[in-house]
Amino acid sequence: MAVYVQFLIDVLSLGSLYALMAFGLVIVYGILKLVNFAYGELIMVAGYSLFLLGGTPLPWLVMAAIAVLMAIGAGIATEYAAFRPVRSKSVTAVLITSFAFSTLLQNAALLFISPRARTVPLPDIFSDTVVLGGATIPLRNILTIVAAAIMLAIFSFIMKKTVLGLAMRAAATKFTMARMLGIPANLVITSAFALSGLLAGVVSLFWLGRIGSVVPGIGLEPLLVAFIATVIGGMRSLQGAVVGGFLLALIVTTFNYSLPPELLKFRDAFTFSLVILILLWRPDGLIKGPATGQRT
Amino acid sequence: MNNSKLITFVAIVIPVLAVMLAARFLGFPVFERIATLLFINMILVLGLQAFMGNSGILSFAHIAFMGIGAYTSSLFTIPLQMRGMVLPDLYPVLKPILLSPYAAIAVGAVAAMLVAALVAYPLMRLSDAAAVITSFALLVVMHTIMVNWSEVTNGPRTLFGVPKATTIYLAAGGAILAALVALYFKESRTGLLLRAVRDDEIAAGAMGANLSLLRWKGFVLSALFAGFAGGLWAHFITSYQPSAFYLKETFVILGMLVIGGAGTVSGAVLGTFVVTFAFEALRATENALNSSSVFPWQLVGLTEIVLALAMIAVLVMRPGGLIEAEEFGATWRKWRRRG
Repeated sequence: MAVYVQFLIDVLSLGSLYALMAFGLVIVYGILKLVNFAYGELIMVAGYSLFLLGGTPLPWLVMAAIAVLMAIGAGIATEYAAFRPVRSKSVTAVLITSFAFSTLLQNAALLFISPRARTVPLPDIFSDTVVLGGATIPLRNILTIVAAAIMLAIFSFIMKKTVLGLAMRAAATKFTMARMLGIPANLVITSAFALSGLLAGVVSLFWLGRIGSVVPGIGLEPLLVAFIATVIGGMRSLQGAVVGGFLLALIVTTFNYSLPPELLKFRDAFTFSLVILILLWRPDGLIKGPATGQRT
Repeated sequence: MNNSKLITFVAIVIPVLAVMLAARFLGFPVFERIATLLFINMILVLGLQAFMGNSGILSFAHIAFMGIGAYTSSLFTIPLQMRGMVLPDLYPVLKPILLSPYAAIAVGAVAAMLVAALVAYPLMRLSDAAAVITSFALLVVMHTIMVNWSEVTNGPRTLFGVPKATTIYLAAGGAILAALVALYFKESRTGLLLRAVRDDEIAAGAMGANLSLLRWKGFVLSALFAGFAGGLWAHFITSYQPSAFYLKETFVILGMLVIGGAGTVSGAVLGTFVVTFAFEALRATENALNSSSVFPWQLVGLTEIVLALAMIAVLVMRPGGLIEAEEFGATWRKWRRRG
């Protein structure tokens, strides 16, 4: 029993993080049909903000809020630096400018802060544990699940009920038509980047809660996770991103529990091979979004 | 080979030979090293161009195939008496096989090609972002395997004892050969069809072009280049670890191709030269600043920052790179005719 509870909580908490990450990537991809390779660096930015604020006497929640704001700012900066100047010209160009922007941010962290890991301040509640159904579970896993549920609820409200959400969904379905009907393109795109920064910022708090410190290369793993989750779930569908995130967490956790130690080190290779198999079966992912290949 | 292609080819050969001779006879060993690495990078960039330029699909997995070429060729050339020390867990079958470095480099190239042929066919069905993302995933898979398969790679630790066999002449010869193959492939039937698919997937498909097969051919060829470059590199550097074949190197190779112009062979070559010179100049500056301690802390990553800024700037001004669509030969002939 205890093992099952533990397994369930592990899947759900990891899946919550993966789903939020994937969601943030798809919000941008849905509208622009462009992948943001600098997405993982938003987590890095939030992490280093937290580290730099660590010496100040501010309460942790304020530091966390500032870190999330910094991630939002970095998201918007990505749009201005890497996407806006080239987005209408060439898909490959944007992939590479965003890759270059990610390298830029990483090396800036190397240059101005340090190549070594830096400890970030975390509240005590992150290291507490609770006993649930006979299993000892870190409280931060429960918090992750709760936070993800709240975020997903807020986002589905934004996307379904507010004017901005409607505009973004319209732009994701048919960008040209949406513009003709008077939806300001730049505003929609910038808000998509801001929202994706918000998601990355929130994820980063819990991601850092798991590992406790920040390094310049911290963004790679969450970026990969978001990529893979969106590809499994369906690149154009927001629900798909969430489904893909949880499915990926299920796969990873199952491998964690079942693989013998000498194979466990190859876990990522197994996971990604499985993902390639899923793609062979459904090249468009599990959930198809609005059917359009059109780009702005 | 028609006239304009010949001009392009000559225009590529001349700087290669010039750099080779200059590096060989100016008498600074460091120049020879830089030039040799430049030629090896040129093979990598041309290989990537053969796939990416013609198919229009960005591939991140290229460097992984370089790694396969490097590790496979090294397995056969590390001296027998050292093998027990370098790779204690090596499979008994492989233990007594010793090849000459040249044969081993060829074996490495073929191994990279075979792996690409196996893994790539399913991936080539994907288009756009999904294709790019899976190639990124492929890079991670291969990296994970290289880091953990200690029996043949010595794990994340350094693999050493590879004999030095790559001379500047061999590297320059390889680079010229690569340019020739890339030029030929671009104008071959497969290359033309591949470019048709790149420009309009639906129209080319309707004309009967077999999308995934065409892309697969391009990908396999590009892996052959990468494996070859990997073997040359391994027998030049002589000791290395899996982290050499990961994101940093990917960034440099992609930067070279994209700054030069992914669509053309001349662009790929120009990009390799420009980025190498910029990179070496920046690194020398970085080292000089560090050793003279102008700044109170060590500068790390300055080179990459400048390279990243240069990439963004080039792409904003010329999204297709320095030489966008027309090979140098064609431009030169037009220019001659006008003048």
